[in-house]
Amino acid sequence: MITISSLQSRLKSRPLLHELIKNRTLFLMLVPGLVVLLLNNYLPMFGVVLAFKDFKMSSSSFINSLFTSEWVGWENFKFFMDSSYGFQITRNTILFNLLFIVLTLVTAVPAAIVLNELKNRRLAKMYQTAMFFPQFLSWVVVAFLAFAFFSVDAGFINRFIMNPLGFESIQWYTHPEYWIFILPLVSIWKSLGYNTIIYIAGISNIDVELYEAAVIDGAGKWKQTISITIPMLMPLMIILTLLSLGRIFNADFGLFYQVTQNSGTLYPVTLVIDTYVYNALKVTGDTSMSTAVGLYQAVVGLVLVLTANWVVKKINSDHVLF
Amino acid sequence: MLHSGKMKNQISSGANATFNLMFIVIVLLCISPLILVVMVSITDEQTLGVNGYSFFPEKFSFLAYRYILSDMNQIFQSYGVSLFVTIAGTLLSLLIISLYAYTLSRKEFKYRNWFSFLVFFTMLFNGGLVPTFLVYTKLLGWSDTLWMLIFPSLMTPMYVIIMKTFFATSIPDSLVESAKIDGAGDFRIFFSIIIRLSTPALATIGLFNTLHYWNDWFTALMYITSDELMPLQFLLFRVQSSLAYLIQISAQTGQGSLSMADLPGQSAQMALCVIAIGPIIMAYPFFQKYIVKGLTIGAIKG
Repeated sequence: MITISSLQSRLKSRPLLHELIKNRTLFLMLVPGLVVLLLNNYLPMFGVVLAFKDFKMSSSSFINSLFTSEWVGWENFKFFMDSSYGFQITRNTILFNLLFIVLTLVTAVPAAIVLNELKNRRLAKMYQTAMFFPQFLSWVVVAFLAFAFFSVDAGFINRFIMNPLGFESIQWYTHPEYWIFILPLVSIWKSLGYNTIIYIAGISNIDVELYEAAVIDGAGKWKQTISITIPMLMPLMIILTLLSLGRIFNADFGLFYQVTQNSGTLYPVTLVIDTYVYNALKVTGDTSMSTAVGLYQAVVGLVLVLTANWVVKKINSDHVLF
Repeated sequence: MLHSGKMKNQISSGANATFNLMFIVIVLLCISPLILVVMVSITDEQTLGVNGYSFFPEKFSFLAYRYILSDMNQIFQSYGVSLFVTIAGTLLSLLIISLYAYTLSRKEFKYRNWFSFLVFFTMLFNGGLVPTFLVYTKLLGWSDTLWMLIFPSLMTPMYVIIMKTFFATSIPDSLVESAKIDGAGDFRIFFSIIIRLSTPALATIGLFNTLHYWNDWFTALMYITSDELMPLQFLLFRVQSSLAYLIQISAQTGQGSLSMADLPGQSAQMALCVIAIGPIIMAYPFFQKYIVKGLTIGAIKG
């Protein structure tokens, strides 16, 4: 016969199970979330084996095809790296993201500092509200807004700026060189308000006494900004930048897919890892190769985040990510 | 915040005026695309052909809206899908996230760090688009279901972390302990005490979720092919990529009141865009207050 005490002692030897039974209601509360994590996040992680196979959907079930597909080792990665795409999409992803990071720093930080100094607080609040609005729009909507400006025949820029100045209409959606400027412009347009708010929050955390002391020492506004506000914002700036650097391998799919209207002639400049993977899956239908490129992105991304975290730890362990 | 105390630590009036002017320009740049789209949607189609997209149309016309609302049943269908997915998704996601976060915040739950890591790790590494796509379409067979539009966004790791931080810092342990002594179970404590004390955090995350579900077109792009299940944002995307699609969906209703030649194509595209933004503009003042609050908490604690 199993007594309660013998059951308990048996459970003690399995601490996880013992704990789960002891706190079973709490554990039950985890279950819905665990199911989502399992299906949405963890199961796909096993799917990366596809990157090392030549996956073909045979007539039988998916699982069967997965097991019977031929192992090809690093073949998919080699093929991708040897194709002209390997370098091109990596370059586009990294350069655009670097550009976004730098532009965010040089626009959002000054905007936050100045907005914080405006005398009329109500006006400042209004500016902040209007600047934040684009963040609430989906990339599909943003693509419409961009199209209203860049449409070749009717677009505002061609009709009301280029033509009146005596220039020919520009074929925006077929000339990649313009998008080196358009994409950062759209990206900053959408995110400026959001980033400004984060830095305003950072400024409001600065000890007021520092400024009071500076005033007593006779420091003007400019001096205060240079020697108090910016140094005090530095940790936040470093952390947010490192966070973005950790995600430098991940492009914003919506920006590159929607705003460019996925125009093929723009690919030399606008094709990034995320849009490449999507096209390889949905258009070309090359399952194994697109998995390989996705894995390349995920692994390099992981290394970058861990490095970023390690660097932050070296600089200032208070601001470590994890 | 810097306030004008007795010290008068303020920028000069000249600088103030310059900065205000600068911000007026920035604000105009931020909202002008929206104004342009609204203007195009109420411009006469012929005028668009002659003059292009102008902020000050020569001739107004509301034909685009009349056309969309009378000839396109699809837009009501899509509006319904978006509305349902947004409401159901937000509520379900709030429930799942807060249940999970609550357990993580209970100190008597020994393995909570382990389960925290399970959430956190998904922020560091993922299987990628393709394996995820295969799990949903081949393994689970969820393509072309409403559930598919809801499921992938139910557990956003960042929100779990924010929620957990809120529970751990804003709800005193003694409250839970005394409820336990009174004989209340964990579910009872969660629903009658924790949820009621967490309105600010729930509101913030709920609004983030609402916005995400309303604006989501990517899930539909990946998994939805049926017109019946097309959310509004995805309809908008389809219409953008081809005017022909606009004509096709209005022809489906079979009672088109306009001939092909009179179709207000370009203005109708923009009108559809305005209709999709509509609810966001209405809710914006409410949204932004809470979201600014939430961002500030996230940025400082995160």
